[in-house]
Amino acid sequence: MEYYLVVSAIMMFAGIYGFIVRRSLLGILISIELILNSVDINFMVFNRYLYPDQMEGFFFTLFAIGVSAAETAIAIAICINVYRNLHSINVKNLDEMKN
Amino acid sequence: MEFTLYILILPLVSFLILGLVGYKMKPAVSGLLGSVLLGATTLLSYATAFFYFTAPRVDGAFAKLMPYNMKWLDFGGSLQFNLGILLDPISVMMLVVISTVSLMVHIYSMGYMRGEKGFQRYYAFLSLFTFSMLGLVLATNIFQMYLFWELVGVSSFLLIGFYYTKPEAVAASKKAFIVTRFADLGFLIGILLLSFYTGTFDFDKLCSCDPALFSGAIQASFLGYSVISVALALIFIGGAGKSAMFPLQIWLPDAMEGPTPVSALIHAATMVVAGVFLVARLFPVYNAFAPDVLHGIAYVGAFTSLFAAAIACVQTDIKRVLAFSTISQIGFMMVALGVSGMGTHEGTGYMAGMFHLFTHAMFKALLFLGAGAIIHAVHSNEMSNMGGLRKHLPVTHITFLIACLAISGIPPFSGFFSKDEILAASFSFSPLMGIAMSGIAGLTAFYMFRLYYKIFWGTPSEHKHTPHEAPALMTVPLIFLAVVTCVAGFIPFGEFVSSDGLIYEIHLDPTVAITSVLVACVAIGFATWMYKKGSNTMPDRLAITFSGLHTAASHRFYIDEVYLFITRKIIFDRISTPIAWFDRHIVDGFMNGISWSANRVAYLIRGFQSGNVQQYAYVFLIGTFLIVALALSQYINF
Repeated sequence: MEYYLVVSAIMMFAGIYGFIVRRSLLGILISIELILNSVDINFMVFNRYLYPDQMEGFFFTLFAIGVSAAETAIAIAICINVYRNLHSINVKNLDEMKN
Repeated sequence: MEFTLYILILPLVSFLILGLVGYKMKPAVSGLLGSVLLGATTLLSYATAFFYFTAPRVDGAFAKLMPYNMKWLDFGGSLQFNLGILLDPISVMMLVVISTVSLMVHIYSMGYMRGEKGFQRYYAFLSLFTFSMLGLVLATNIFQMYLFWELVGVSSFLLIGFYYTKPEAVAASKKAFIVTRFADLGFLIGILLLSFYTGTFDFDKLCSCDPALFSGAIQASFLGYSVISVALALIFIGGAGKSAMFPLQIWLPDAMEGPTPVSALIHAATMVVAGVFLVARLFPVYNAFAPDVLHGIAYVGAFTSLFAAAIACVQTDIKRVLAFSTISQIGFMMVALGVSGMGTHEGTGYMAGMFHLFTHAMFKALLFLGAGAIIHAVHSNEMSNMGGLRKHLPVTHITFLIACLAISGIPPFSGFFSKDEILAASFSFSPLMGIAMSGIAGLTAFYMFRLYYKIFWGTPSEHKHTPHEAPALMTVPLIFLAVVTCVAGFIPFGEFVSSDGLIYEIHLDPTVAITSVLVACVAIGFATWMYKKGSNTMPDRLAITFSGLHTAASHRFYIDEVYLFITRKIIFDRISTPIAWFDRHIVDGFMNGISWSANRVAYLIRGFQSGNVQQYAYVFLIGTFLIVALALSQYINF
């Protein structure tokens, strides 16, 4: 069980690190996916080892995957539109509304 | 008498139409519209006068009518303001005067102002003025009068400054407004004092002179005088401001920068007599409770009259001469009111003052309109540019001569009858006053004929083109007013207006009449000898002999300079400058300090709101770590 949790924790912090330092929108999106997946793994692991006769964790994970798929679709659509309009997906350039 | 409301509404409608959509009209249409509406007002005024004076008398006097008196502002308790219409002999008389002169000026202006820029605006302002003046005389209470009093001041300001591109006109309008406004402060305080102690604004109640109403004001004292005297004196200061009494006369000569018909309407016939009207309106109160103030008014009037007449003798600008003559004649009216008492015999002065107001309005408007026709012909205000005009301007010449004779007090013109009554009243007050006023009347005749001869006789001066008679639009009002001037003296005025409302028989005192006519004739003869031929060097020699007096008089006895000294040197330098410094450095500095510190703080915390989500996430993460570390340290301690 600990190995699973260590993998999950590494994924989690890799995601957070990526979210903070990445400059491209796609990179940030992938980092968010990493964080979500690490949480999914945690759900699975805790369900499997602590309450093997119950199924809530599995179903929660299934739903989370579905939701994250939808969210990714929307996020990628936004990225494409941003690229079409600004010819860049670097977050540094996305400061139109500031001025 | 319900139709009297339309007397007020028609000029107001005219003002609104001309003011709002006038600029879209052709000038001629707007002039015609203003004149037609004012003609209707005039007819209504005449109808009012006819019905009012033919109505049966109550106890020998004309009834005071109040066709309208509505509650306007009710502040609860005893404080409420009404608006309404009050008809009594003097207000009806003023209605006739104002609407007649205003109509004449409206018609005359169509010729005089033809082609001026802002013609529609001019007519809009004329209508506004007429409306406010009519409202002033019809006011039922002193507060309503004050409202219209200020409106009159504003429209006078607008009309004096009509040529707003001319710096002198702008300065003159500003001066007129500030001086009269300053005097109105006295008026306002007077109103407040009077109404605080009597608890009413209504003329009806005030003029009843009910002792119970005034007991508080009589008993309370202020600086050794009873409050009622102080209040009435303050109210007179307001009247003195509008009527250009010494020492508040300085605005009137400068107000001649306005168009000439405006001078005729406002600064000769109507607005400047508002002060006289005010005193006449409150005359019973003055007479009953503050005869000393009334005598003070007489002395102020007499001094102003002499002072202005002396200045008028040396002025060279035709309109300025007329302006000083107006001040002098208003002085006469004030004297008449001041020396008057209540009753059949003692009330001569009151009747005479009102009579003189009536006749003076007619012949002074005539003089100003005549001056307008002359200015129209020679394009100059200076007398030295005139001379020998009698051949070129026959109609103006005759009408001007009639007006000069009237103001000099030569029978059978109207001025003789009214001025004679004033002199009679002055003689019965004190012989000194009578002699002084007779002397001033002689001075009046002298300077008017000096003006007359300098314009119409004397050496003809060179003109670029031959002066020509004014168009019919301008001569018809002249002729009408001249006719009125000729016949107005035979109106049995005492039957209509008198101090106690009873019929007052005007009978001429032969001694007074003969003296005054003699004095006038001598003065006219003197003026004829001096000015009829331009070659007489007597005026110049006199000017040199009395050079000190002459210079002082041509500088209007340095009153303007005294005012300038007081305002510039004392008020501006000693009071205003320190206050301005305090305002600029302390008050403004404090406010600037607040805004500066807000600015600094905002600058410092600006970095927190970058809009950069990654930075937020970073801060969030650090926060989470800190919380976790805190929780862990707690856990370990356990």
